[in-house]
Amino acid sequence: MREAANVSGSLRARLALTLIGGAAGLAVLLFLVVRSYAAQIAQQGQDRILEASVTSILDAAVLRDGLVEVDFPYAAFSILSTDQDDRVFYAIHQDGTLLSGYDTLPQAEQTIGADVVHVSGDMRGSDVRIASASRTLVGADARTLVTVAVAQTQEALQVTLNRISLNVAYFGAGFFVLSVLVASWATSTTIRPLERLTNSITRRGPKDLTPVAQPVPLEMGPLVSSLNNFMARLSASLSQSEDFIAEAAHRVRTPLATVRSHAETTLQRVEREENRQALRSMVRAIDESSRAAGQLLDHAMITFRADHLERESLDLVALVQDLVIRLTPIAEMKDIALTVESDPEVMVAADSILLQNALRNLVDNALKYSPVESEIIIEVKSAPQPHVQVMDEGPGFPPDQIDRLATRFLRGDNATGTIGSGLGLTIAQDVAEAHGGDLQLDNRSEGGACVTFTV
Amino acid sequence: MKFLLVEDNHDLANAVCARLQMDGHVVDHADKIADASAFVDTGDYDLILLDIMLPDGDGRAFLKQHRAGKNDTPVIVLTARSQVSDRISMLDLGADDYMTKPFDHEELQARCRAVLRRNAGHAQPSVQLGDVMLDPVAGQLKVGTKVVTLRNRELRLLELLINAPGQIFSKAKLADRLFSYDEDVSENAIEVYIGRLRRHLEPSSLQITTLRGLGYRLDHA
Repeated sequence: MREAANVSGSLRARLALTLIGGAAGLAVLLFLVVRSYAAQIAQQGQDRILEASVTSILDAAVLRDGLVEVDFPYAAFSILSTDQDDRVFYAIHQDGTLLSGYDTLPQAEQTIGADVVHVSGDMRGSDVRIASASRTLVGADARTLVTVAVAQTQEALQVTLNRISLNVAYFGAGFFVLSVLVASWATSTTIRPLERLTNSITRRGPKDLTPVAQPVPLEMGPLVSSLNNFMARLSASLSQSEDFIAEAAHRVRTPLATVRSHAETTLQRVEREENRQALRSMVRAIDESSRAAGQLLDHAMITFRADHLERESLDLVALVQDLVIRLTPIAEMKDIALTVESDPEVMVAADSILLQNALRNLVDNALKYSPVESEIIIEVKSAPQPHVQVMDEGPGFPPDQIDRLATRFLRGDNATGTIGSGLGLTIAQDVAEAHGGDLQLDNRSEGGACVTFTV
Repeated sequence: MKFLLVEDNHDLANAVCARLQMDGHVVDHADKIADASAFVDTGDYDLILLDIMLPDGDGRAFLKQHRAGKNDTPVIVLTARSQVSDRISMLDLGADDYMTKPFDHEELQARCRAVLRRNAGHAQPSVQLGDVMLDPVAGQLKVGTKVVTLRNRELRLLELLINAPGQIFSKAKLADRLFSYDEDVSENAIEVYIGRLRRHLEPSSLQITTLRGLGYRLDHA
């Protein structure tokens, strides 16, 4: 009956993966954005200093007698000094010809009158940042265009950038770790109502088909309400089939009872032996069919209940004594004594309905096979394991069949002439096994059968 | 004994009444709960035989009402349902015993006796014939001052004979009453019980006479 679900994927994993993946993406994005912003700010800082340097050199340039004179201000280069000893290059051109500095310094496209222009370039194998500006100098009789370019390597900038990147990376990792924690918390909070619902349904008894009443989150509403609808339908159909079985049993058993009663009465009235034989076999057939029907139903009920045992703490001794009271009238008809030998109390956790059914079948069997004026001993002991042992003085089990007798519908060869369906031992064995115990069949050395039912 | 049978199926009710009357019991029959309640209010019954499925309600309802009314007449439930859970709920509701249809009348008698024995204090119907008194519920035979506790089969045999003194019972008839239908017994087994009864009845005004080829008869001197 217990079917494993067809599992595909996991909500918890899916939710956790989505949240953690999202957090990882966000952490990387954060890292990239902050780092590029930091690089931009740092670059702007360098650019501004280079600009100040270029401007101060340009300001110092004068046109005298047609020649360009530049008196480098000290600050023009000192402001460029860094911890990393970045190198500084410059170039001054007049109308396109180099006046002073490095002619290998990459030239930026100059637009006259425009602001300082910044470009990145390469100088002697190092990345450099270049600022350049032009100005038209006007002398007494001439005009000339002076262009100043100042470049600086980017080592200090790189160091700063690396430091910022490292910090941003730490920050991103911290963010990620925190997100994972939040994600797992969020996942389990989201899943918890689902687990609670699962638990409450798993813990139900086999016959509990009442609707789920506990509050559930909005999203689980449709699931729970369709579950409730389903259980209502199942419950209706179960009670319908229970009613049907009860009704069918009533319809069949009542006329059978009529026939049996009439047969018994008539048996007292007729004299001819063949009529009496016919009536006797009628009664036997009725008993056989009703017993078989009862045991088949019992067996079906046991198969159903065995999957969902309703265990409760009960005293095996009290249960057996109760059973003995119920069966004493039948035992007395054959003058059989039912003797209980037991510990004062044997507590077990078991399904009382199943246990009563199994033990009744065992004692019924013993009664059927016991000779007149004999004794059936029912021993109830808690050691070594809680067990009930039923011993009779009947013919015992056929030794060559003893291993197979608990098989469904199989009866011992020596059972001819006795009414039975062959389900009694099967029922007892199924019940014992459902409780984790077993059923042991033996023959007593002094004769008779001995059945041990271990819980 | 006086029985009240509550059963809605008239065929079955007639069959059961006939069978009980054959043993010398008095039986009233009610086919619904309303009638049964009226019978219980007016008559004094030794035992109530109660069916569960009745046209005007569930026999369990009657049982509950019966017990709530402090009525202690024993009730044996006769039902077509054989499930253990039903049996337990029936006993919880105050039924004294439970039998599944179709039932064996000998077993019903045995259960009636057991129930009456458990409900001691109730007036015990006993049979007096000559200087012999038989208490079928306790299974005790009193001959003068001698008290014998009879075995079940001895009791059933004596009950048959003592309720119809002078009537001839064939061995076959007695065997059918004494042994269950699945027992393979020879009619000669009856002789064993007859022999025992003769011993128990000595010395009294009653004696069991053997009529060769016909059977046995209880004679009252």
